[in-house]
Amino acid sequence: MTALVLPAGRTLLRQPIWMFAAAAALIFVGIAPHFVSIGNAQNVLLQSSTIGFLSLGLTIVMINGNIDLSVGWVAALAASLAVGLQSFGVLPAVIAGIAAGVLIGLLNGLIVWKSGIDSFIVTLGTMAAVRGVVFLYTREQSFAAMNLGYSAFGSSFIGPLPTLGLLFLVSASMLEFVLLKTVHGRDAYAVGGGRQASMDAGLKVGWHMTINFVLSGFFAAIGGIALSTQLGASTPDMGSDLVLWTITAIVVGGTDWRGGQGSLVGTVGGVFAIAILRNGLALMHVPSFYVLVILGAVLIAALVWERKLGTI
Amino acid sequence: MVDTQTHGEERKQVPVLRVEGMSKHFLATRALDNARLEVLGGEVHALTGENGAGKSTLMKILGGALTPDTGTIWLEGKKVQFKGTLDARRWGIVLVHQELSLVPQISVAENIFLGNLPRRSFARVDRRKMIQDANQVLRRLECDFDASTLVKSLPLGKRQMVEIARAFSVSPKVAIFDEPTASLSEQDKEILFRAIRDLRRRSVGIIYISHRLEEVFEIADRISVLRDGAYRGTLLASDTDEAEVTRMMIGRNVEHACATAGHAGGEPVLEVIGLSAPGKFRDVSFTVRAGEIVGMYGLVGAGRTEVAEAIFGLRRTTDGEIRLRGKRLHRISPKEAVAAGIALVPESRKEQGLVLNMSCRANVTLPLLDAVSTCGMLDFGREQVVFDRYAQALAIKTTGSTLKVMYLSGGNQQKIVIAKWLATDPKLLILDEPTRGIDVGSKAAIHILVRDLADRGYAILLISSEMSEVLGVSDRVLAMYSGQIVADFDARDLTEHKLVSAVLGDKVDESRLPTLPMSQAIHGK
Amino acid sequence: MDGQQSIGTVTSSAERPSVSMVYQAMLRQGLIIAFLIFMGVLSALSPHFLTVGNLLSVLRQASVLGCVALGVTVVVIGGNLDLSVGSLLSFTTVVAVTMENSFGPFGAIIATLIVALICGSITGFLVGFVKLNSLIVTLAMLSAIQGVVFIYTSGNNVDVANPGSTWFSFIGRGFIGDLDFPIIIFALVAISVEVLLYLTGFGRRVFATGGNAVATTYAGINPSLVVFATYLVSALTTGVAGLIMASRVMGAQNDAGQGYELEALAGIILGGTSLLGGSGSASRTVIGVLIVGFIRNGLILIGLPYYSQWLVEGVVIVLAAWLDLAAGRGKVFSDIT
Repeated sequence: MTALVLPAGRTLLRQPIWMFAAAAALIFVGIAPHFVSIGNAQNVLLQSSTIGFLSLGLTIVMINGNIDLSVGWVAALAASLAVGLQSFGVLPAVIAGIAAGVLIGLLNGLIVWKSGIDSFIVTLGTMAAVRGVVFLYTREQSFAAMNLGYSAFGSSFIGPLPTLGLLFLVSASMLEFVLLKTVHGRDAYAVGGGRQASMDAGLKVGWHMTINFVLSGFFAAIGGIALSTQLGASTPDMGSDLVLWTITAIVVGGTDWRGGQGSLVGTVGGVFAIAILRNGLALMHVPSFYVLVILGAVLIAALVWERKLGTI
Repeated sequence: MVDTQTHGEERKQVPVLRVEGMSKHFLATRALDNARLEVLGGEVHALTGENGAGKSTLMKILGGALTPDTGTIWLEGKKVQFKGTLDARRWGIVLVHQELSLVPQISVAENIFLGNLPRRSFARVDRRKMIQDANQVLRRLECDFDASTLVKSLPLGKRQMVEIARAFSVSPKVAIFDEPTASLSEQDKEILFRAIRDLRRRSVGIIYISHRLEEVFEIADRISVLRDGAYRGTLLASDTDEAEVTRMMIGRNVEHACATAGHAGGEPVLEVIGLSAPGKFRDVSFTVRAGEIVGMYGLVGAGRTEVAEAIFGLRRTTDGEIRLRGKRLHRISPKEAVAAGIALVPESRKEQGLVLNMSCRANVTLPLLDAVSTCGMLDFGREQVVFDRYAQALAIKTTGSTLKVMYLSGGNQQKIVIAKWLATDPKLLILDEPTRGIDVGSKAAIHILVRDLADRGYAILLISSEMSEVLGVSDRVLAMYSGQIVADFDARDLTEHKLVSAVLGDKVDESRLPTLPMSQAIHGK
Repeated sequence: MDGQQSIGTVTSSAERPSVSMVYQAMLRQGLIIAFLIFMGVLSALSPHFLTVGNLLSVLRQASVLGCVALGVTVVVIGGNLDLSVGSLLSFTTVVAVTMENSFGPFGAIIATLIVALICGSITGFLVGFVKLNSLIVTLAMLSAIQGVVFIYTSGNNVDVANPGSTWFSFIGRGFIGDLDFPIIIFALVAISVEVLLYLTGFGRRVFATGGNAVATTYAGINPSLVVFATYLVSALTTGVAGLIMASRVMGAQNDAGQGYELEALAGIILGGTSLLGGSGSASRTVIGVLIVGFIRNGLILIGLPYYSQWLVEGVVIVLAAWLDLAAGRGKVFSDIT
């Protein structure tokens, strides 16, 4: 599917992360029981959707030269609203969740634009604030989804693909199109690669940054809601690890956090690579504690590797 | 030469650009003092002057990056005021910088059309048209690379061409080139000149800023001179010569400013033999003696700074030897270089020489922290003594040693850097463009200081691209071109013309050039 | 742009008139004035706020975070970040307890500090010598160290075996006069860090490296060594914080330190230290940490749940950073087009 959107010449194989993902998959084929099965593959795709959605928006923000630390807790907020407000109907609740994500993204963008504060500090602030809001709203309770259809959605399929996985891939393709083909997308790269040069050339830098933060908030919300449909619930500490995994997927996928460079193809590769890694390790009954260590090691290894390649 | 005649007659017109009464100051320095300029459409108007004369400042104002304190700008007869660089561009003034304003991670085409990407339906970029149009401009500039190449994969010279292509992609009324040939090869320079002549044919007013008079006379119709921020006059290129322009630039005839009898020099402090660093310089050999000032002259990119870096331990060399007082230095780090007695006053004082946010005192003692501490604890008293000694010696004007160095004027900042290195008590002092961007008064003071240091026995290597500085201060002059030392002159017999010829790679008066390979010439006497 | 994305916009200093220096000082006082107003309002709303007991309680609570933040301050001045301190705190707390059980208090102290230093050297090596980006590396270490903690404790929380028969509890619960011992430790660490930063050659090197690593290299100093050392400092102070925490609770949860890395950053930012590097002080961080502490304390005293502090913190961080930037450039809004 992504092949339809990519310009001629850029193939999946050019991104080293896909080779890493393929290699990891091959290794697990050998050592992990039940790894090779349709069910498991579907599982991997499903599990990658949450981090997947978050990393789509965050990748664009990073290409733009910024960072958004609030994605994890925005996801949690959206999930809590989408589940907690279901007494008003599922659709209004979901819309409320998405709206929350969009609004916070807008806030992030406007503050970064108008204040000139680095996005690290701004999103550190909004992350803390959103976390507070989540806890205030949920009062540290987990919410269970009232609507059974909601949780069923999380495990539903369209054809052979899990719905959420399909949505993820479709979103990724659309965003890749935006990045590669539209003016906004190309300007995002320009701003990320040279903010001052872009300003001098007359680009509406602040406007572009705000749109990208809104995208990030939007997809963070979608990701959170997606996770809650799988769990059939929202938990108060949902947001804590998400941003770490998201950044890992993006960095491992080859996007340069300093801006100007990167692609969603790489990020999707990173998301799959990590999902495969987690899935394989889980099938091998490796305790989740070790997974954390491996995650950290993988991230560091990716950095060293990219440094050696000269992309850093 | 330039066919000014035809152009001069065809156009007795309202100048496309006129500037009057322009002044600008930065803290203590007066960068522009009631400057004026007038450029006709279809003319190449050179703006020249020494470093610090105000050319860059005037250009930045015209380009909309700075606002002047006073002064008016008329564009095609209309008074204008620029609200920023974009505004200036919209008015039709296009600037080709010294510091490139490109985004390296994206393609050449996207850089050329930055902010102005051609569009298709649905907010898409018309990539084909963009690359096509970009390639058109590139072909006009005879560039051999495709517009879809990423800028980061291009070497500096080609990047400069992309920057120039940006100017050519719009139809400007005025095009300003600021030292455009700084990183260009001879070939690229010719291409650029052809393109500039093309612009001239299209009635664009061109301002060509350079202090390289050879080039100026090659391309310009008229020449205006700035000195110390003030306007000195405009001449028709066909009516004048380099000597006259130089006189206007520096206010005196080219003579050696220091009348000290040429120093034979004491014993050799620095001996460089056959030093090579691939891609930067090759087979460099020379000697600097105690009490001697050796000037190193050459164009940007000639490799002089790289040689200095190699001596100081900042750059790896693949061949050759460096000896300090007879002892061989092998693969040292900057720390070891300092300990051995080498000091380097670097080219860019803000980026390499100072920590702007720290106090003057802290900057001066940075390489000597161990000397002003006891068991790791700083001794502020000792620190102050060191600072006072050198502040006095160099006449550094500062309201207090704890003032952050960023608030000082350029001249005083440079003095802090020099003070810092003098405080390390070096045997060899390397100065890389020590008076760049400094007002004339401080410049003279630094020259006197350097001379004084030599008299006291320091061995000094002075790298400079300012002719008068090199000629006026040095005992001997090395000319560097394209990574090699092409001539080794005794300053007493050196003229500007000889030096320029040597440095541009032209034939030099044979009797002046050593006939032996460098290393033999130095050691074989 | 250049290699490292700058944090906060850098305005041209060549043209900055001295008026802005006064203005900036006033605005910096403005933050303190606002804080004093905050304190005033809270003391009006809750009679317990300004009691000695409460103030000491805040100080004591702030001591763990304070020690962590002081170490991170040194890293930040050197131009980097350290997000690994959260799990490092968990690690040191857990190690302190388990070592106390095996070797007694002295063993606990020594082992904790050694473990901390080992972690710090790994991080310092990766950032200083391999020159990887500190944000992402320390993020990775945050995760990896937490995993190590889980492995080490097999997922369980740990307790001190014989709380009655050891003086270990003195570290976290003891008193010297009227002051809780943790407060004294906090003060000592603060003084030590300030001395390190302002009175030693090492401190100078840290400021220089954070301010301009290139110029520092040209001055003959090796920035990699300096950066490496800053991570050792932050590891050490986090080790001390872990000892205080373990001793106070006489046990350790295996995620005891979660979130501390961000709270520490909040404290540093609120104190006015620039994340760009090259400036800052221990006293600023102490103030920032105290602000965080008083916010939490004040909110609880009014009856709000503890998590409302995050909301307030988030808003305050953004406001403080904006104020700081606005003061520096003389304009409220940025120049971004």
